Amino acid sequence: MSETDVLTPTADVGGPQQPLLEVKGLSKHFAVGGSMFGKRSTVRAVDDVNFAVHKGEVLGIVGESGCGKSTTARLIIGLIEPDAGEIILDGELVGSTVSLRDMRRAVQMVFQDSYASLNPRLTIEDTIAFGPTVHGLAADKAHARARDLLAKVGLDPAQFAQRYPHEMSGGQRQRINIARALALAPRLVILDEAVSALDKSVEAQVLNLLIDLKDEFGLTYLFISHDLNVVRFISDKVVVMYLGEIVEAGPVEALFTDARHPYTRALLAAMPSHDPDARTQEAPIAGDPPNPIDPPPGCRFHTRCPFAEAVCSENAPRLTATGTAGHSTACHMVEPASGHTKAPAPAPAEQEIVECPT
Amino acid sequence: MTPLVDIRDLSVRFTGERTVHALNGVDIALARGEVLGLLGESGSGKSVTLKAMLRMLPARRTVITGSINVSGRDVLAMDEHELEGMRGGVVSMIFQEATLALDPVYTIGDQIAETYVRHHDSSWAQGRQRALEMLDAVRIPSAKRRLDAYPHEMSGGMRQRAMIALALSCSPEVLLADEPTTALDATVQIQILLLLRELQREMGMAVIFVTHDIGVAVEISDRLAVMYAGKIVETGPLRDVMRNPSHPYTRGLLASTIHGARKGTRLEAIPGAPPRLDQLPQGCAFAPRCSLVGADCRDGDIAVVPRSDRHAVRCLRHAAEQEARSAVA
Repeated sequence: MSETDVLTPTADVGGPQQPLLEVKGLSKHFAVGGSMFGKRSTVRAVDDVNFAVHKGEVLGIVGESGCGKSTTARLIIGLIEPDAGEIILDGELVGSTVSLRDMRRAVQMVFQDSYASLNPRLTIEDTIAFGPTVHGLAADKAHARARDLLAKVGLDPAQFAQRYPHEMSGGQRQRINIARALALAPRLVILDEAVSALDKSVEAQVLNLLIDLKDEFGLTYLFISHDLNVVRFISDKVVVMYLGEIVEAGPVEALFTDARHPYTRALLAAMPSHDPDARTQEAPIAGDPPNPIDPPPGCRFHTRCPFAEAVCSENAPRLTATGTAGHSTACHMVEPASGHTKAPAPAPAEQEIVECPT
Repeated sequence: MTPLVDIRDLSVRFTGERTVHALNGVDIALARGEVLGLLGESGSGKSVTLKAMLRMLPARRTVITGSINVSGRDVLAMDEHELEGMRGGVVSMIFQEATLALDPVYTIGDQIAETYVRHHDSSWAQGRQRALEMLDAVRIPSAKRRLDAYPHEMSGGMRQRAMIALALSCSPEVLLADEPTTALDATVQIQILLLLRELQREMGMAVIFVTHDIGVAVEISDRLAVMYAGKIVETGPLRDVMRNPSHPYTRGLLASTIHGARKGTRLEAIPGAPPRLDQLPQGCAFAPRCSLVGADCRDGDIAVVPRSDRHAVRCLRHAAEQEARSAVA
């Protein structure tokens, strides 16, 4: 690899129609327990997850703790190995056509804990220059790039380059993590709760920065968050996860104004009101999210769902197209002929329409 | 009528290598049964205010000045014995992390019973009975069985309810809540907020609820106090502050909230970061980030200006605005 390669993003292979990232049938199960006396059980952290992120798009993933959103991110970037499924980067299968090393240049990640994700013994400049050096860039060029990126994320290199992480505030450290992620000229950046730990006024600054950088570098984001306000603000499409599965996915406005899954609706209704005259009067659902160890059979949400019927604990619903294009929901109430009393009638078979008696 | 909680000119300094000015003249008057939302970002002094009220700050390294009166008694003058009687009895506290607030080696029932017996000089059986009542009150299902559960055997939301049960077991007059819903999942957070609202109404206690989340503050508070760099910069009835935020910081905070922000627009972020508490600027601490700053903002103490009956703002620009308005009128 030549030096200039490290400074420019990897080539666009598939063209604009090809999603930058496709995730197919991704699953990860962890075995837990299994001591001398305990029963061995399984955490189905991510179960048959499918989605695609198009070039230049922001895909938001939302869900509560234990829903598998962070595990999904870690599987994509190869920090843990999937049990099943494929990760396809710009049309090429990661692991065979694209090496893990090349994939990690094209895909970078920013974590929630800005302090834990920085090496406390490296100066800011060294931290950012580290990746490019590993990928073969000469040290002086890597450092020049680091100072350049510091300026891009709004930190004056003259003032900050030689500082250590503990000398910086949380917001400044997260800017450094973003600069480091950009140092390898990635095409996809995974932001895993990247603004969640920041104070509100700083969060707004960092969100503005992320939008600017996306435009400047032509980036694509996978934005993982539990904060629906933030996800609505930044995402083009949203995926809602519950206990390792996708329960609803679609364009951001469709999801926020026309949610079909009872869980998505509950999440939206659980957002605190900002209007003193319209306070929340009733909690949309009771109880905590169940333990992802041995999740409930059938629809995993049925234990908390106000509309659950017998079929919900027997069969798992499939993602079914609903409403606007690209909007799909995994719920027996939208799946035709699922056996749920609220399910739509089965669409008449085409034959019947054609052979209409005259 | 004297307020239930009367805090005047409270300042807290932490000494050591550097002197940290955590609180710089805080005044709070809280009536019986009132819920005050204390809103601010990290380092603004919200938690320090609560801890000072219970005298939980490390005595050797803390200098407290000003006065704290609760129920007509001077908290800063109390000895250890009197403090023990007040903590949990008159003033109680709940925290963000229930796991850290509960004792891992005792059952929930025993922890509540112990607290009750300690404050009421009652029998152990009465204490256990009170524990059962409290678990019912916080809507823990099958409360009788849960009495003998250890904290680690409960889910996050249940632990939070158990901690609330423990804090309220002696019917305190004041409940201090330090971000008790921040670590919870969204669907659980709203349950706990509604529970606290209901219990507050039933038991008639006063609450100081610390949070950084405006939405949470709106759900629970009667009145808001916005803190910045160890001072209350704006305070008033919830509706007044939300509808007519008057301090530039409050305005910035409300404007930078993503709630309802449209995609494709820029967020109105406040530039810069809060000042370091060991190097506070002269005058208004918000001046370096303020778009309305004038030369007079940078020296001397900034006085509180009443905006209306109960709505007050600590800002010179606002004071000037008020004067101009009254001159026109």
